[in-house]
Amino acid sequence: MIKYIGQRVIYMIITLFLIASMTFFLMKLIPGTPFKNQAKMSDEQLEMMLDHYKLDEPVPVQYVAYMTNLVKGDLGTSYQFANTPVSELLGARIGASALLGFQALLVGTVFGIILGVIGALKQNTWIDYGTTFIAVIGKSIPSFVFAGLLQYYVGVKLGWFPVAFWKGPEYTVMPTIALAMFPIAIAARFMRTEMVEVLGSDYITLARAKGANYFEIAFKHALRNALIPVITVLGPLAVSLMTGSLVIEKIFSVPGLGEQFVKSVQVNDYSVIMATTLLFAFLFIVVILIVDILYGLIDPRIRLAGGKK
Amino acid sequence: MAQFDEKISKDQFEPAIIDASTSERISKPSLNYWQDAWLRVRKNKGAIVSLVVIGFLIIMALIGPSLSKFDSNKQNTKHANLPPRIEALENISWLPFDGTRTLKNGNVVNPYEQKQIEEYYWFGTDALGRDQFSRVWKGTQISLYIAFLAAFIDMVIGVTFGAVSGYFGGRVDNIMQRIIEVLSGIPNLVIVILMIIVLKPGIISITVALTITGWVSMARVIRAQVLKLKNQEFVLASRTLGASHAKIIFKHLLPNLAGVIIINTMFSIPNAIFFEAFLSFIGLGLQDPLASLGTLIDEGFRAMIAFPYQMLVPAIVISVVMIAFNMIADGLRDALDPKMRD
Repeated sequence: MIKYIGQRVIYMIITLFLIASMTFFLMKLIPGTPFKNQAKMSDEQLEMMLDHYKLDEPVPVQYVAYMTNLVKGDLGTSYQFANTPVSELLGARIGASALLGFQALLVGTVFGIILGVIGALKQNTWIDYGTTFIAVIGKSIPSFVFAGLLQYYVGVKLGWFPVAFWKGPEYTVMPTIALAMFPIAIAARFMRTEMVEVLGSDYITLARAKGANYFEIAFKHALRNALIPVITVLGPLAVSLMTGSLVIEKIFSVPGLGEQFVKSVQVNDYSVIMATTLLFAFLFIVVILIVDILYGLIDPRIRLAGGKK
Repeated sequence: MAQFDEKISKDQFEPAIIDASTSERISKPSLNYWQDAWLRVRKNKGAIVSLVVIGFLIIMALIGPSLSKFDSNKQNTKHANLPPRIEALENISWLPFDGTRTLKNGNVVNPYEQKQIEEYYWFGTDALGRDQFSRVWKGTQISLYIAFLAAFIDMVIGVTFGAVSGYFGGRVDNIMQRIIEVLSGIPNLVIVILMIIVLKPGIISITVALTITGWVSMARVIRAQVLKLKNQEFVLASRTLGASHAKIIFKHLLPNLAGVIIINTMFSIPNAIFFEAFLSFIGLGLQDPLASLGTLIDEGFRAMIAFPYQMLVPAIVISVVMIAFNMIADGLRDALDPKMRD
């Protein structure tokens, strides 16, 4: 197991290094400079600016400097947002994103599991078809379309929840629902398949033959066994939440990482784009690693397959 | 158990006649793989309805822009922000096609009468007075075009890479698998956004960005299948007869993988549509005057409070497209996947 984890961590570091390098060189390929008033600057001013930010040095020198700083944890300063160090800029925003992501994951998996279990218990009835249809819709409709509609009908028309901004618990309701749609759909479909399979297995028949009551069979025997594989979808779900958070945060004006990223992309702020990209990549990779390790702990077959390599 | 105590005498039985010619008779015509699959797809009502819907949407995407009298790029600022109005339906009160809109204070106004406009804009107009009807279908056309192109390129790269990696095995496979491992470690969101920033948004650059990581899942599935197939007798037979590697891969292995390839491609189409719309929505999509469903939703979203129809129509179209493609893909998976065969 330790060997397996070690191997995965080494892969993770290689991937991160590649992403950092790739991000750096791609940023260098972008035409133009990151300064807002470039058109108004004289050549001398531009030169001074480039010199100040060390953007006039040869690319390899910049690359080495960037990588060394990165290892030290220094992500550079923002060009656009009042020269704030990037780590400070992002640090202030990570809380909102983390809270939103956590809430959505929680709501998504809990409701998804409930829907999936109901669907499996009432297999091939209209309740089952209903939950399946909800799952298809949740999987298909893009989160930003759903968020837009939610904002208009629930926020503006009905006025149940605040339309945007991030000032208290009630402000988190709509973004959480919008972000949780996809996890609900995925968890529900997965849970239904697992549950149907478990319900058809011999030990359920035995429990039924023993005369255990319906609820005891469903929850004590079937649910606990069906829940284990659900861990495998948690990784892809967390990844989808990060993708979704970019647009959801933009729509609801949530002061999180995603909104910062979209803003930085629009104004060409290299250092913030790079740092956010790296942060996203890091989170993605760590989440997938954790899920894989968790699954390896629960299901020994995975561990063996990984160890042999 | 009482009923078993009853004695049944032997003369109540008579031996069945065993006729070898009838017992081996095949009562139904034998079906090949595709006929069999079609039988199963046909049973899936959702998939069939979706197929019809997608067919309709593709036809509309092709002929829709020319159905309307107005060009999708023609600006007419005098006719800006008009609500939808359709000739035959405008007098049916519960349909939203009467050309009126509700103001913030609850008053209902008819901009067509106020501005004395005779024309009918079926889906209304946008902030620049462009006809939404032709723009929506033009946008659908471009979104579908990007999605089909990306899915096709994914298929070609993924199948080739996976088949070569699985077929040759050994060191080739090892190196190719490491490449895949690193590529799949990079979140596709990140790479798509970076590529768009560098390449400048456009139909081709969006397609390229989508395919960079898109082919990986296809390559994985194909490799696993090829590993399974390549040790079977028919491959050995054709190798004995002197067939080249390329011929074995393309003539003998790939036809056996057709089902898997189709399922995977069908799932990558809605994925591509989603990512294209997603990019447009965060401001990295196509630039005006090009329109896709994503850019239309983005524009509509900005004017949502005053003119909800501008967001609603493209939002409905993209949702229907996504739901239909997902349902078809699900239906095909159930029908074609050999593991699901009962």
